[in-house]
Amino acid sequence: MQLEQQLRERLKQKEILLMTHIVLGYPSFEANREVIAQMVAAGVDCIEMQIPFSEPMADGPVILKANQQAITAGTRVSNCLAFGAEMAATHDIPFLYMTYYNIIFKYGEQAFMEEARQAGIKGLIVPDLPPEEGADYLRLAKENEIAPILIYAPTSTDKRMSELAGHGAGFIYCVARRGVTGTKSEFGEEFNTYLARCRAATTLPLAVGFGIQDREDVTALKGKADMAVIGSRTIKLVEEHGPAAVGPFISSLR
Amino acid sequence: MNKKGFFGNWGGAYIPEILFQTFQELNTEFERCKNDPDFWQQYIDLMSTYSCRPTPLTHASNLSRYFGGAQIYIKREDLNHTGAHKANNVMGQGLMVQRMGKKRVIAETGAGQHGMATATMAAKFGFDCTIYMGEEDVRRQRPNVFWMEKMGAQVIPVTDGSRTLKDAINAAFRDWVTNVDNTHYVFGTVCGPHPFPEMVGWFQSIIGMEAHKQILKQHGRMPARIYACVGGGSNAMGVFKRFLNEPEVELIGVEAGGHGLQTGAHAARLCSQDASAGVAQGYKTMFLQDDDGQMKDTHSVAAGLDYVGVSPILADLWEQGRVRFEAATDKEVMSALDLTMKKEGIIPALESAHAFVQAFKEAPLLSGDEAIIINMSGRGDKDIFTIAHAFDDPSWKEFIIERAREYSHYS
Ligand SMILES: Cc1ncc(COP(=O)(O)O)c(C=O)c1O
Repeated sequence: MQLEQQLRERLKQKEILLMTHIVLGYPSFEANREVIAQMVAAGVDCIEMQIPFSEPMADGPVILKANQQAITAGTRVSNCLAFGAEMAATHDIPFLYMTYYNIIFKYGEQAFMEEARQAGIKGLIVPDLPPEEGADYLRLAKENEIAPILIYAPTSTDKRMSELAGHGAGFIYCVARRGVTGTKSEFGEEFNTYLARCRAATTLPLAVGFGIQDREDVTALKGKADMAVIGSRTIKLVEEHGPAAVGPFISSLR
Repeated sequence: MNKKGFFGNWGGAYIPEILFQTFQELNTEFERCKNDPDFWQQYIDLMSTYSCRPTPLTHASNLSRYFGGAQIYIKREDLNHTGAHKANNVMGQGLMVQRMGKKRVIAETGAGQHGMATATMAAKFGFDCTIYMGEEDVRRQRPNVFWMEKMGAQVIPVTDGSRTLKDAINAAFRDWVTNVDNTHYVFGTVCGPHPFPEMVGWFQSIIGMEAHKQILKQHGRMPARIYACVGGGSNAMGVFKRFLNEPEVELIGVEAGGHGLQTGAHAARLCSQDASAGVAQGYKTMFLQDDDGQMKDTHSVAAGLDYVGVSPILADLWEQGRVRFEAATDKEVMSALDLTMKKEGIIPALESAHAFVQAFKEAPLLSGDEAIIINMSGRGDKDIFTIAHAFDDPSWKEFIIERAREYSHYS
């Protein structure tokens, strides 16, 4: 089943879905394994696994540091792909890769997509690859039944949003505010107007990410978005309290 | 350029969606400026009144005699206001920022010259200014940090990654995506996403336009060769552009050889075997990276050349064989610097001294009626700590020790 349908199935039972983010190899694959098991057991609907890159331009301090430490610890792209395959085979939820374009470009777009498909990966998020530069990427992703997930930002015009919707699949990742990952977002009137514009521009499910921290944030998104994305918050939680703290945190969100 | 923003296989605009709209506006404004002769005139007027354009082309008669070959001419970007070619780009972008109505500028800086120029421009035009600088470079280029702060800019040391230029660029992008509505990112070299390579190259092309007129007037014909150091590539593109269609002029870009190409501790992207095609910091070029696409640590005595990528325009000219690339080691740079000071009373920046090294190697091979131009991208005063340290200068050390002793009484 393709990503969009998988999410729609889940939406029949839940008011809002949860997607979490982990950085592969940080603090270790062993910890990643435990954290993912906790997330799945606590009912997470989708997990994006970030393949670390030395220049993560769109990420804030928490994820930036995690990328750097994962690389310093010796994490290779091949380790990440093997781990991704293991997770997709172990757990019954959709797994995505998130990374920067250079990682895919250097690996070879075709080879990367084929391996990702064989591993059972359902989608890809590449924040520094706009569709204008990604013709081959978009084609290869679709040929391999992997959803190329595109991003909306509050600065995107209505016209731009419709254009992006035509290239994307799976869902649209709506960046909650200007800035990088990690800082808290406000879900006020301006945000609601933005989300309404997102909704009008596409029929794809909407995920909202950047700075979602607690139950209150997730509740605020109910009825407006289809999925809430928790990123830096769980990475920090693992840093401070270890993998075992993740399950109870996720369960507290909805 | 073929596909939008590409030079052959290189360039593009690999930007996050948050910046898409701002790049649309920037592209529109850039097109308007390019097609508006008044804009270029306004730029020339500013550069000839606020700075000292045209900068002179100096015949280095002592060095020419010393090497006994080609006549050596030096294009004096050190005499540009703020002491380097960087001001050409910055003042140009400053005029664009005024037109776009933004109130805040940010910039990355390596050697500090681009940060200096941006802080200066911001003071003159009344913009708020934040400069990102790798912690390692803050240490290497302390005098520039002092002046930037004095001109009212906030200098933020970047402690991520290798703490050099590439990390300062990442930090500036993070600021930009957060404050995109009121902020313009004054990109410092002919790299980054389209339209920056073309735009920065356009403003810098003033160097070559002047040098072309000057060499014809002073030497009577075209130069045989032109040398420029290459960090991102802006001073090189600046001096080369006017001569690209003059096939008899050979163009030579000199990269940072650091401790030597075979040591791996260098920043030579185009003349070493260590770089490969990649996409980072918003554009596609030859990057010093590993097989996974992770950027490597680079090394150069010159902070402004210590960078993993290189201009997509230069990558294209390299691929076409139009520009030849060479490397100068840290050691060679110090002796070229020493010789230039002694023979001509001119102090090149450590970056610029790379171009001098290669010119000195080749000048003796040419005949006395041929001319070569060295683009002296900046002055060396900013490097006083690094240069004094490299020369192991005893009287300077004594001065520093004494000054430190004086200061320690206060604390
Ligand atoms: C004096 C000087 N020359 C050269 C450079 C290298 O930059 P580019 O290659 O863009 O001219 C710098 C950069 O900081 C510089 O300050």
